Amino acid sequence: MNLEKVIFGFFIVLALTLNFAFFAGEMTNPIYHNTFILFAALVVSLITTILKFGDSSHMGAIFFATSLVADIQLLVAAIIWGWAAHISEAGVTPAAMVTIVSISGGALLANIVSVVLLVAETLSIRR
Amino acid sequence: MSRPNLYYILMKRLRVPLITLILIYAVSIVGFVLIPGRDNEGNVWMMSYFHAFYFVSYTASTIGFGEIPYAFTDAQRLWTTVTIYISVIGWLYSIGSLLSVLQDPAIYRLRRESKFRTKVKRLREPFYLVCGYGDTGSRLVQALAQEGVRTVVLDKDESRINDLELRDTLGRPLGLTADASKPMILEVSGVLNPYCKGVIALTDSDQTNLLIALSTELFKPHLRLLARAESPEIVTSIRSFGGNEVISPFEVFAERLEMVITKPSHYLLSEWLTGTPNQAISDPTFPKAGTWVLIGYGRFGQAVYRRLHSIGINFHVIDLKETIANPPPNSLMGCQANIESLKLAGIESAVGIIASTSDDAINLSVLMTARELNPNLYMVARQTQQDNSLIFERAQFQLVMNRGDVIAHQVFTLLRTPLTKDFLQLTRGEDKAWVDALLSRIMGITQDKLPYLWETKITPRHSPALYHACAAGERVSLKQLIAKPQQRDQTLPIIPLLLKRVDILLPVPDEETLLQAGDRILMCAPYQAYEQMQWATQNQKVLHYLLTGEEWVSSQLLRRLLPNS
Repeated sequence: MNLEKVIFGFFIVLALTLNFAFFAGEMTNPIYHNTFILFAALVVSLITTILKFGDSSHMGAIFFATSLVADIQLLVAAIIWGWAAHISEAGVTPAAMVTIVSISGGALLANIVSVVLLVAETLSIRR
Repeated sequence: MSRPNLYYILMKRLRVPLITLILIYAVSIVGFVLIPGRDNEGNVWMMSYFHAFYFVSYTASTIGFGEIPYAFTDAQRLWTTVTIYISVIGWLYSIGSLLSVLQDPAIYRLRRESKFRTKVKRLREPFYLVCGYGDTGSRLVQALAQEGVRTVVLDKDESRINDLELRDTLGRPLGLTADASKPMILEVSGVLNPYCKGVIALTDSDQTNLLIALSTELFKPHLRLLARAESPEIVTSIRSFGGNEVISPFEVFAERLEMVITKPSHYLLSEWLTGTPNQAISDPTFPKAGTWVLIGYGRFGQAVYRRLHSIGINFHVIDLKETIANPPPNSLMGCQANIESLKLAGIESAVGIIASTSDDAINLSVLMTARELNPNLYMVARQTQQDNSLIFERAQFQLVMNRGDVIAHQVFTLLRTPLTKDFLQLTRGEDKAWVDALLSRIMGITQDKLPYLWETKITPRHSPALYHACAAGERVSLKQLIAKPQQRDQTLPIIPLLLKRVDILLPVPDEETLLQAGDRILMCAPYQAYEQMQWATQNQKVLHYLLTGEEWVSSQLLRRLLPNS
């Protein structure tokens, strides 16, 4: 067991689960979508990106790319939410909520790819 | 093999500080979102992420806009205090790590190297790769820079490369501290770059120069390679593959010395043609026939002895060491070069003395002593340290052999006007009268200054106007080419020294010789004449005038309307 691998795996899986926790639930209803979870998902996703820094292998490059995709989508979702809540006249409408949740769904996909890669890499090592 | 990428290493090293920073921000933001505040009416007000992020951003960066949008409660103020301390510490830590990573010597080297690499990759003009930036290398790089030729310089010694970067050389040569004997370094320095015109190996070690020659040959056969080598074995082994040119400073100098003694006119010609243009011609003196004294029987001394002994010159040799295999006859081995030994060696009746030890101080002192004993001696000094040039000049010896100088001159001549070497080789066969006639012709055109040499190549790139005229079958003679562009019945003070057509070499071609496309001509003249002649090779109007004596009419319409003009 390697502590570095544990931390790496932990953050990748945590990014996925948090993302899922935010995404799951009725699309238009803000009750199902907690801001804390979105914030946590964003922070964990950023940390995951930094953990993937500096791996020059092909696998490392793909890891880094998927993580960047998740970051950007979560960031956009958060910005839209902030805009809707503070700047737009209408407030957080169901339409805005749908946008936020579906964008986080995109990040979810990227995180799934990340986890699949992690599993594939783990299986290929066979130790 | 791939080299470590600078960015990957930077990112890897900065992982911990960046994660720390993110965590500090996250904790601070969450704290503000959780702690209830009060608005102006006293209602409970929960800070949103938007406001929390805004507040933490300006607090952590120490901008501090104050408590926005409502005055904080004590709980919020407590948390603000915590935020300020952890965020400032977080930033200090991150910036500190970034700076220490950037200053890490390994990273610094990597950064320099990666910069060098990109610069070399982006070179889009012909350049030479110079390995070794000592005396010779620095002189050569300077001389090439003045000719507008770019160089890429490698040296093991960091201080020399720093010196290169601090020097205000034209065209900014690129330098890297690296061991040129490693093939990978040569690759990084652009051996494979199509603009690399040649590799010049001038390091202190023969072995390294041999390795450079080998790798260059394997990387890119037929790439021009000039190397310096001192031991005869290495000289032959570098010459044995590819078309390499090797300069052995001792051999070159021994050859010169032989010329001074046996063929003074030839010597003068070669000095003039390889010297620095525009320098005043000094009045040379030449030794008389007789016996010589040679101080020092090391590699240099042996090279001189072999060469001069083979043409029947007699020597008395003095050397400090006793243990020399097969010492030459008439030698004093194991003996200081002082008044007694010099007298024993017959200094009073000798015609010349050669001080060839590797110690400048010994060479100087021996020559000064010898001058006291016999003021009419022809004195030859070997100079090892560049810094001693001033005193060697002061001492006014007839000949000073400075290794850096000798090699830099040779390499520079070979690079700039390769035909000079062919020409000098051809003149070896000519007699004294022929050479003397040429010398006085050169003297006549340059007014007591050393001439400027250049090659005119009749190719579309080098001389478009001349090339097109020749290719179109016009009759262009040398005489027409060197006529004055203002007044074609007068001639510019130019002497064509050598015409090279395919494999034929024509020394001092006749002025009526007709030129052909593809010819290469070695010319010699004062610099101003060179500039004027360049006009004719580049500009078709000027050439047209020189060929026909008529003004060129550039407009098609005018040419039709005035068919006779």
